[in-house]
Amino acid sequence: MKHVRSISEIGTEGVVRILRTARHMEAVNSRPVPKVPALVGRTVVSLFFEDSTRTRISFETAARRLSADTVNFSVSTSSLNKGESLRDTIETVSAMGAAVFVVRHRTSGVPWQISEWTDASIVNAGDGWHQHPTQALLDCYTVMARRGLDPSPECLAGLRIAIVGDSRHSRVARSCLEAFSGLGAEVVLVGPATLLPPDTTSWTVSTSTSLDDVLPEVDVVYMLRMQRERMNEALVPDLAEYSRRFGLDETRWSRTRPDTLLMHPGPMNRGVEMMFDPSSTTQSAIIDQVTHGISVRMAVLFELLASGDEVPS
Amino acid sequence: MSLIVRGGRILDANTHTDSGRPADLRVADGLITHVVEPGRELPAADQELDASDCVVTSGFVDLHVHLREPGREESETIETGSRAAAKGGFTAVIAMPNTEPPHDSRIVVDFVREQGRRAGLCEVVPSGCITMDRAGERLAPFAELQAAGVHLFTDDGSGVQDAQLMRRALEYSRDLGVTLAQHCEVVSLTVGAVMHEGSCCSRLGLPGWPALAEELMVHRDIELCRLTGAGMHFLHLSTARSVELVRAAKADGLAITAEVAPHHFSLTDELLSGFDPVFKVNPPLRTPADIAALKEGLADGTIDAIATDHAPHAERLKEQPLDQAPPGMLGLETALGVSLTELVDTGLMTLRQVVAALSWNPARIARLADRHGRPVSVGEPANLTVFDPTARWEVDPSTLASRSRNTPYGGRVLRGRVRHTIYEGVAVVVDGEAIQ
Repeated sequence: MKHVRSISEIGTEGVVRILRTARHMEAVNSRPVPKVPALVGRTVVSLFFEDSTRTRISFETAARRLSADTVNFSVSTSSLNKGESLRDTIETVSAMGAAVFVVRHRTSGVPWQISEWTDASIVNAGDGWHQHPTQALLDCYTVMARRGLDPSPECLAGLRIAIVGDSRHSRVARSCLEAFSGLGAEVVLVGPATLLPPDTTSWTVSTSTSLDDVLPEVDVVYMLRMQRERMNEALVPDLAEYSRRFGLDETRWSRTRPDTLLMHPGPMNRGVEMMFDPSSTTQSAIIDQVTHGISVRMAVLFELLASGDEVPS
Repeated sequence: MSLIVRGGRILDANTHTDSGRPADLRVADGLITHVVEPGRELPAADQELDASDCVVTSGFVDLHVHLREPGREESETIETGSRAAAKGGFTAVIAMPNTEPPHDSRIVVDFVREQGRRAGLCEVVPSGCITMDRAGERLAPFAELQAAGVHLFTDDGSGVQDAQLMRRALEYSRDLGVTLAQHCEVVSLTVGAVMHEGSCCSRLGLPGWPALAEELMVHRDIELCRLTGAGMHFLHLSTARSVELVRAAKADGLAITAEVAPHHFSLTDELLSGFDPVFKVNPPLRTPADIAALKEGLADGTIDAIATDHAPHAERLKEQPLDQAPPGMLGLETALGVSLTELVDTGLMTLRQVVAALSWNPARIARLADRHGRPVSVGEPANLTVFDPTARWEVDPSTLASRSRNTPYGGRVLRGRVRHTIYEGVAVVVDGEAIQ
């Protein structure tokens, strides 16, 4: 594959391939010295036009464990603030020999625009409300690992997954629903109608405006972060009302089945969507998600730059 | 200056067959002096143009172009825009008022008209603002601007949001003999919008521009026309429901006219799937169902005119992220080809209907019918377009006359191309090339 910009771009086949490679990477990560020389001499550039320390660190850790060189192009210190265009920036950094750009931008589609101006591979680390494919891949990996499943095109068949919260403005929701349903899971988007996508007919998902109805029936509860700025747009009356309807507290959580998994892409908005401490339940897979993020991002970089090679030991 | 056009078929408002009648014609000093049977002898002329296989018609009139001068000459000038217009077969264009400064004073509209005259490639008719600075607060001086040759008033780029102000504009201008034209968009429904609201925008995670934002204002203005007895022209309609509303208003006898842009009846919102800002336009590209309704509206006369909404933007502006890239696309040089390909080749409309929507209908709406959209007959002003309705050509953005390159049709093959354009008796386009 040339780029990892969206789940639909890599398809189910690409998803399965990355998940399989990620298993090898997990094995690497469990060694005393979790580092292999797979990508020696290759440069991975982080281009974060929007801050996200955790995602950036996760990618940089993944790159370093494969022995790639990492460069962090931080927008606040760059010339974009001096009138340089996006295109100038890409062409300049590209001329320095980047093999992969890891791109985060506040606007949907920027990774596609950028790929017109460079030969480097693009990994989308989040564009607007659109896609965040490595998040979805690590989430699939986490569900599989917790359920003892092997990567295959139908490996999540039979599972019902609720994605709860502001899916309208969420790249995590869009990537996850495409990845989960691509692997055979049944996805339901839960939230007030104002925070659901205006039209869901291009996906195979259902929607619900009642978390309480959905909770007892699902295998995974995937909570989205509720952003405070949505209050200014009158999408919900206030955070307290949102919490009452869509926040998870112990009482609500007790209505789930004993094997239901709790997931969240982080950072959690405690007291808004998360009203109890998820570490109090063994059903929470939230820390696993973070750990698996390294293996999955290693797999993505490996598939882009060294596909077909043996994973070195 | 005199010229002869030989071998064509005349199609004008008086022609009732679709094929036109074969004739040669001679033009001198800005007027048509002879219309004769093919091959008949004509007095000598300075220039002879071959019109074989071509239709000879009254020049096209574009109700809706953005020429960017004054203020944004990086994207277009009145000269480059006029050249694009002439190449597209237009002998008159209505320049939209959203320049910097806007068309709300005599000095600006005089400047625009004068720059058009200097270019000499088509008549550049400035529109006037409905409100000062297009701010939607105070009315612009309609009568003063009318005295400077402005016949069509609009705040295009935005719509007049305040219903009371729009009511006043209609009442105040009702007896002046001008046309008010509305860009229909209720902006509280389109904050941050990049594309049509529907399944495609939901999938792409882009903020949506709902059809309702247009339809609400169409509906409001129809009712304001009913209340005030005034008339109104609707710019660039893009939705199926808008067409229905206008059809019903016309059936009620209201003095409503409407236009559609070629991109709205040929391109859909799915094109944004590649995230190329060239496809960002306001109002946005919509769905196949909307396209079908717009074509039907044109065919049954609900929509009177095809207008390009030619909106040049420099490459660097269109290379920005989608939320920052300005909306708009080129249209002047592709309007005829897109219209014939989409409307005539498909059997939906006759050639004569399409020419009506490009020439005499918009001439009437723009109140230019004394000199544009005239019959092709002796004594009439020689504003003429000669086009080959079957010529196939591929759109190459690099050869366009516009200063900008933001055509959505790059690489497309269109049928129907302008061969010559004659403006005020002068051949300003000969064999597809504009004179310098």
